[in-house]
Amino acid sequence: MNLPKKRKRLLLSQKQNLIGWMFLMPAVVLIIVFMFYPIVQALITSIQSGSGVKIKWVGMKNYQRMFEDKKLWTAVKNTLIYAVWQVPIMLGLALVLAAILNNKKIKFKAVFRTLLFLPCTMSLVAYAIIFKLMFATNGIVNDLLIKSGILGKGFNFLGDAWGAKFVLILSLIWRWTGYNMIFYVTGLTNIDYALFEAAQIDGASSGQCFRHITIPMLKPVILLTVIMATNGNLQLFDETFNLTAGGPGNATISISQYIYEVAFKSVPNFGYSCAIGFSLMIVIAMLVLVQMKAGDTSD
Amino acid sequence: MIKKMQTFLTYTLLVILSFISVFPILWMLVSATNTSADILAGRLLPGTAILDNLQKILKMYNLGGAIFNSFRNAAGLTILALIICSMAGYGFEIYRDRAKDTIMRFVLLGMMVPTISIVIPLYKMFASAEMLNTMWACILPTISTPFLIFLFRQNTRAMPREIIQAARIDGLNEIQIYLKMYMPIMRPTYATAMTITFMNAWNAYLWPMIVLLDDDKMTMPVLLSYLMTGYKMDYGAILLCVSYCTLPTIIIFLSLQKFFVNGIAGSVKG
Repeated sequence: MNLPKKRKRLLLSQKQNLIGWMFLMPAVVLIIVFMFYPIVQALITSIQSGSGVKIKWVGMKNYQRMFEDKKLWTAVKNTLIYAVWQVPIMLGLALVLAAILNNKKIKFKAVFRTLLFLPCTMSLVAYAIIFKLMFATNGIVNDLLIKSGILGKGFNFLGDAWGAKFVLILSLIWRWTGYNMIFYVTGLTNIDYALFEAAQIDGASSGQCFRHITIPMLKPVILLTVIMATNGNLQLFDETFNLTAGGPGNATISISQYIYEVAFKSVPNFGYSCAIGFSLMIVIAMLVLVQMKAGDTSD
Repeated sequence: MIKKMQTFLTYTLLVILSFISVFPILWMLVSATNTSADILAGRLLPGTAILDNLQKILKMYNLGGAIFNSFRNAAGLTILALIICSMAGYGFEIYRDRAKDTIMRFVLLGMMVPTISIVIPLYKMFASAEMLNTMWACILPTISTPFLIFLFRQNTRAMPREIIQAARIDGLNEIQIYLKMYMPIMRPTYATAMTITFMNAWNAYLWPMIVLLDDDKMTMPVLLSYLMTGYKMDYGAILLCVSYCTLPTIIIFLSLQKFFVNGIAGSVKG
C-alpha cells in the first residue's frame, strides 16, 4: 500500500529538483559563457601570437617575455606603491571614522555618514577628471596653496612623477574611505555596545577601546576589506587612465592599463596581453587565498 | 575638561573630513555654472555661465544621446540582472543539494576574476558575432554576476521555509511560489540589488569603452573621457558634463541610501 505513495513523493522531489536547476540555469549559463569560457580563451590566446590567419603557437614565449618587459615591471612597481600607501591609510581612516560614528554620544551621525559616503556614488571616470582639473598647475588646489602662502607659484602635480602618484593615491583614498567605513560601521553594530560601556566604566580611554575592542572584534571585516582593497588596487584602470594617462612618462601606469595598451593601442598584441592578464588573475587568486589562510590561522 | 576637549576634537575631525569628502563634488557643481576663466581664477561661488557651458558641449558632443544610452543600458541591465540573479539565488538556496553547492562555489570563484583578464576574449566573441557597438554587447557580460547571485542566495536564507511549504500545500506550483511569495517578501533585497546594479552599470567604463566605438552609442563615462582628450579644454563645459554624469547616482543614493548601505553590509553580515 505504501509503495505507490513513496514513488510519487520521489517523483515530486525529483520534479522539484529539476525546477531548482531551471531557476539557476540562466545565471549559470551566462557566467559560463561570459566569464569561464573567456578565461579558457584567454589562456589559449596567451600561448599564441599573431592574429587572423597568421596565428602561431608560441608556447610559453609570451610569459617569458614578461620577465624582460621593463614597462610591465614599472606598472607592477607603481601598483605596489599605490597599495602600500593607499590601503593602510584608507583603512585606518575608515576604522577611526567608523569607531567615532559608533559612539552613541555623537550627534548628527546620519549626516556625517552620508557626507563621508558621498564620494562613493561617483563614477571613477568622473572623479578622476575632477581631481585632474583640481590639481592642474592652474587649478583650484594650487590656487588655494598660493593664496594661503604655502606655495610661491603653481606646482605641476601631474607633471611630476611623485606628485602624480601622490594625487592618484589621494584620490583613491578620497573615493573609497567612506565605502570601507560602511563595512566597519556594519561590523560594529553587530558588536554588543554594552562591551564599550563596560570598558568605559572600567576607565578605558577611547584609544584603548579602539585598540582592544574595536580592532580585535572587527578582524574578519578588516581582513575582507584588505582583500578587497588590494584586489581593487591590482585592477586599477579608470583612474590612472583618466587622471594621469599613466604619465608623466610611465610614472603612474597601472597593470590593467598596460594590459589594455598592449591589446588595443598601436600594434595590438592579443597574445601577450592575454598572458599578462592571465598572470594577473593567478596573482589575485593566490593573494586572496593567502590572505584568507592568514586570517584563519591567526584566530 | 579633557572629555570636553576630546569631544571637540572628534567633531572637528568629523567636520574637516566631511568637508574634504564633499568639497570636490561641490566644486564640480559650482564650476559647472562658471566660465573657464572664473574657475581658473579660483571662483568658489555659483555663476551664470551654465547655459553657455551647455551650448559649448552640445555643439561638439552628443550629450543627450550619451545620457539616453547610459540610462537605457543601465536600466536594461538592472532589470535583467535582477530577474536572472534572483532566480539563481532562489534556486541555489531553496532547492539546495550537494551538486548545486559545488556549482555555487565555482560561481563565487568568479568574484576574483579581473575584468581586464577576460576583456580580449569577450571582445573577440562579440566581434565575431558582429555585435560590437550594440547595447547587448555592453550589458550581456555583466547581467549575471557572482556578487548578485550571492546577495540573493544569502538573503533567501533568512526566508522562513514554512511559507514555501504552506504555499505548496495550498497548491501553488514552484514558479507561482517564486512569483507570488518570494518576490514580494524579498522586496528589500531587490531594492538593494537594484541600487547597486544600476550604479555599477551607470558608472561602468572599461568594457563600454572597448565595445562601444561609435559616437552615437557612447555612454556618459566614455563621453567624459573623450572630453578630456580634446586639445582645448574648457573647464566649465567639462565640469557640467561631469555633473550630468554624477547627479543621477547622487540622487539615487540619497533617496535609496538605506538599500545601498544594506547591500554593502550584506557581505559582512552573511
